[in-house]
Amino acid sequence: MADEADGTAVSHHSYDVLVIGAGGAGLRAAIEARMRGKRVAILSKSLFGKAHTVMAEGGIAASMGNANPRDNWEVHYRDTMRGGKFLNNWRMAELHAKEAPQRVWELETYGALFDRTPEGKISQRNFGGHQFPRLAHVGDRTGLELIRTLQQKIVSLQQEDHARTGDYESDLKVFHEFTVTELFKDGDRIAGAFGYRRPTGEYLCFHAPAVVLATGGIGKSFKVTSNSWEYTGDGHALALRAGARLINMEFVQFHPTGMVWPPSVKGILVTESVRGDGGVLKNSEGERFMFRYIPDVFREQYATSEDEGDRWYDDADNNRRPPELLPRDEVARAINNEVKEGRGSPAGGVYLDIASRRTTEFIRKRLPSMYHQFKELADVDITAEPMEVGPTCHYVMGGVEVDPDTASTVVPGLFAAGEVAGGMHGSNRLGGNSLSDLLVFGCRAGAGAADYLDGLGTAPAVGNEAVDAALAEAEKPFSVRGEENAYTLHQELQQTMNDLVGIIRRADEMEMALKRLAELRDRIPRVGVTGGRAYNPGWHLAMDLRNMLMVSQCIAMAALERQESRGGHTRDDYPAMDENWRRELLNCSLADGPDGPEVQLNHQPQPAMRPDLFDLFELDELKKYYTGDELGGHRADRGM
Amino acid sequence: MGYRAKFEVWRGDSSGEGALQPFEVDVNEGEVVLDIVHRLQATQAGDLAVRWNCKAGKCGSCSAEVNGRPRLMCMTRMSTFDEHETVTITPLRTFPVIRDLVTDVDFNYVKAREIPSFAPPEDLAPGEYRMSQIDVERPQEFRKCIECYLCQNTCHAVRDHEENKEEFAGPRYLMRVSELDMHPLDVRDRKDAAQEDHGLGYCNITKCCTEVCPEHIKITDNALIPMKERVVDTKYDPLVWLGRKIFKREDLEARHATGRRSLDDAGPGNGSPLPADSIGPVGG
Repeated sequence: MADEADGTAVSHHSYDVLVIGAGGAGLRAAIEARMRGKRVAILSKSLFGKAHTVMAEGGIAASMGNANPRDNWEVHYRDTMRGGKFLNNWRMAELHAKEAPQRVWELETYGALFDRTPEGKISQRNFGGHQFPRLAHVGDRTGLELIRTLQQKIVSLQQEDHARTGDYESDLKVFHEFTVTELFKDGDRIAGAFGYRRPTGEYLCFHAPAVVLATGGIGKSFKVTSNSWEYTGDGHALALRAGARLINMEFVQFHPTGMVWPPSVKGILVTESVRGDGGVLKNSEGERFMFRYIPDVFREQYATSEDEGDRWYDDADNNRRPPELLPRDEVARAINNEVKEGRGSPAGGVYLDIASRRTTEFIRKRLPSMYHQFKELADVDITAEPMEVGPTCHYVMGGVEVDPDTASTVVPGLFAAGEVAGGMHGSNRLGGNSLSDLLVFGCRAGAGAADYLDGLGTAPAVGNEAVDAALAEAEKPFSVRGEENAYTLHQELQQTMNDLVGIIRRADEMEMALKRLAELRDRIPRVGVTGGRAYNPGWHLAMDLRNMLMVSQCIAMAALERQESRGGHTRDDYPAMDENWRRELLNCSLADGPDGPEVQLNHQPQPAMRPDLFDLFELDELKKYYTGDELGGHRADRGM
Repeated sequence: MGYRAKFEVWRGDSSGEGALQPFEVDVNEGEVVLDIVHRLQATQAGDLAVRWNCKAGKCGSCSAEVNGRPRLMCMTRMSTFDEHETVTITPLRTFPVIRDLVTDVDFNYVKAREIPSFAPPEDLAPGEYRMSQIDVERPQEFRKCIECYLCQNTCHAVRDHEENKEEFAGPRYLMRVSELDMHPLDVRDRKDAAQEDHGLGYCNITKCCTEVCPEHIKITDNALIPMKERVVDTKYDPLVWLGRKIFKREDLEARHATGRRSLDDAGPGNGSPLPADSIGPVGG
C-alpha cells in the first residue's frame, strides 16, 4: 500500500544497532556500540541534544570519595537499597554502585567540566538518602553538562569516521525528530523498527537485529509533572507490544519540590540541591515540619533537632543529616500531608527556604538555574524570599524487565536502559542515581547489543506485511474525521491519573480510574486529525496517546494489586509496609483479548540477595524489611 | 485575572509561502507565550506546529520571534505585554521554515561537526584529571549554552547574509572554539582554525548575540573578544610572523584568501566600536 504519490512511501535503512532515544542512556549506549565496531542509528524524538536528561539538575551519584574518603561502592549500594525499600534488583544496584565512578571519570575524557574540589578533583555534593556527599555536579545544570558532553562525544566519533570514510554519518547517524511507532520481529527475534520523521511525516523502516530502548519515562500521563512532552511511555509500550514484560509499574516517584505558582508552571522541578545546600521546608506556621515525619526505618540516620541537622552541613561525621534530606517519597508524602491538614501555602504547597539560611552570593553561585527560573517565571527572588513548592510526578521506577549484566529483555535482540528499564531503583529512586543509572546501564546495553550481534547466526528479516500493517496504523488518524480530539482525551487521561492514581491511592479510586481508562481505550481509536503529515502535533499526540493509555493501565492495575505502602506507592487503605510484599514483584505483559491485545498482570518472586551483599547490612536494619526465615543466612548468625 | 488577547501567528510551510493568522485567545495569570500557543493548538488549530520540550528555559527548543524579538516562548511572560496589544509570533528568520513556527536548524549541527573535538592529554587516565575551579569557570560559562540558536538567528553576519553561512560558524560555535581553547586540559591549538576555518573575522562585536542569550552568557565579551585577542597574539607576534613569512608563505596566502572580512564592514556605521579583525591585545 506504500505509495509515492500520496506521501506514504516507505524508505528502508539498515544498521547493526538501533538506539531509540537520545538522552543519557541512549547516547551512552550508542557510543559503546559504535566503539565496539557496530554501525549505529540513533532515533531521537526531539532535536539532538534536547532530551529530557537536560532537566536533571542536582548531579550524578558516584562514590569517588572526593569529598569524604570514607565513601565507597558498598556505602552507595546500601543507600540505594534503603532508598528503594529493598525492592531493588540487587544485581543492578551492585553494578551501578561499582561502575558509576568509572563512568563519571570517563566523561572528563570526553570534555566534561564538573565543579572542582580545592585539590582539583570533581566536587561532590550532598543529596537525599546519600550518606556522604556523592553527587558530581555543575552548579544546578548537571543534566545539561551530561547531555552536551555525550552529544559532543558522538560528534567526535563522527569526525573520526569522516577522517576514515569521508562521511560523518557512515557509522553513527542521528535521525532526530523521529518517532518510532512499531518494532518488528522475525519469529522471536527483533528485526527492526518503523516510524516517521516529525518534520516531514515521511515513513522510514529500519532493518536492524538489535534495538536498544532508551526512551525515558511516562510523566505525561499525569497532569502535574516535571516531564516534557516526549515522556509518553513509548519505550514501555513498544516493549510490551514486542512481547517483553514491565515490572514495578506501581512505583511512580513524585518529586517533593515542584513549582506550584503560577499555575502554568505548576510541576516544573525545583532541584533537591536546594535542600542539599542548606534549604529547609516550612509550613504556613513557620515550622520545620520534617522532624515530625522521620519513619522508624530511618530513625537512626537522621537528626532529631534543628541544631544537629544544621551542624551536619559542616561536620557530617559527628552529626546526623537533617530530615529534609530523607528519600523523596518520604518528603513528598510529608508535604502532601501538611497541605491536607491545612498548613499549606496560599498556592497549595509549602515553603522551601534557602534565603534565610545562605548568603545571596552562595545561592546564586550554587543554584544559578533555580535563581533564574524563579525570577523569570514566578517573579520570586529566591535569595530574598522562600519558594512555594509541592509534589510533582517526576520519574517512573517501573519499566522493562532486563538482565542486569547485559540489559537484554526476554525478547532476543531487544535491550533497555535508563528510565525505561525497571528494577534498579526498586520502589523509590534516590536523587542523583538516575544520571549514574543512564551511564552505567547505557554502556552495558551498548555492549550487550554488540555482544549479541557477535553471536548472531542468520540475520532476522522484516516482513512486508508487518511494514504494511505499521503504515496502516500510523495512517489511521487521517482517515477518522473529527469525532474525538486528541488534546481533550490527553487532558482527561492526565486528570484521571493525577486524581485517582496519584501520590496517595485507594482501591475504589483506582477501580474508577481503570473504568475511565477502559472508556478512553474505546475513544482513542476515534481520534481524527486535521492538516497533513508535515510537523503536525495533533497527529503526533494521537499516536502517543495509545502509549500513554497502555502505560497508565499498567500503573493503575499494579497499584491496585499491591496492598501495602512502599516507596513511590502509597495506599491510604494499606498504609503500612508489609514484609511479605517485599518478596513479590508485579509484572505487566500483553495478552490477546476480544478487542485486541490487553494488559495483564502477574506476580513473580523477587530474587533473593546474594549473601555477601546481604552481609553488607547490619541485622537490625534488615529486620525492618525482612521476615524471620529470610534472615537466617546473615553473617550475624555465623558469629561474624 | 484572565483576559482575551489578540495574537497573530505565522502559518506557512517549507515552500516559503505563508501568512500571519489572527487569533483571539484566553490568557490567564502567570502564563507565558508558549502556554498560549498550546491553548491555540488544543482549541483552535490542532495542527499548529511548534517545537518545544521542557517549558522551563532549559532545553532551548521553543525559540521564535515574538513581536520581532528573538525569544524563548517558554520564558516570555504574557504580563510583559499590554492587554490590548496584538502579540505577533513568527519563526526564526535566519533558518528555513519547516512549518508554522518550526524552522530547520540543521545548519547548526553541520557547524558543530566542523569544530575539532576536545583533545585530551594522552598521559592522563580517567580519574586522574586535576583542574582548579577558577580555571574551569571560564569555559563553564559557555557550557551553560542551551543551544536555542537565538544568537545564531540574530547575528547579522548570517541573518542578513545567507552567503556567509558557508564560512561563518556563528557565535554559538565560535564560543565553542573559545570554550575548548580555555579548557585547562585541551591540547589542541585552535587559534588559526578559529580565524581561518570558522570565520571569527566575520564577527564585528556588535554584541547582538549577547543581547538575546537567554542564559545571559557574555558571548562577545568573554568568548569571542578573548579569542580574537589570542588569534591576534599569534598572528602578529613578530617571530611567528617571520617564521611564517619564511617557511609558509604560500600556505599563508592560501589562508588569507578564505579569511575575508564580513560583508558588513565594521565601523561606526553599524554600532561596532572597532573594525572586525583589529582587536589588539588588551593588557598584554
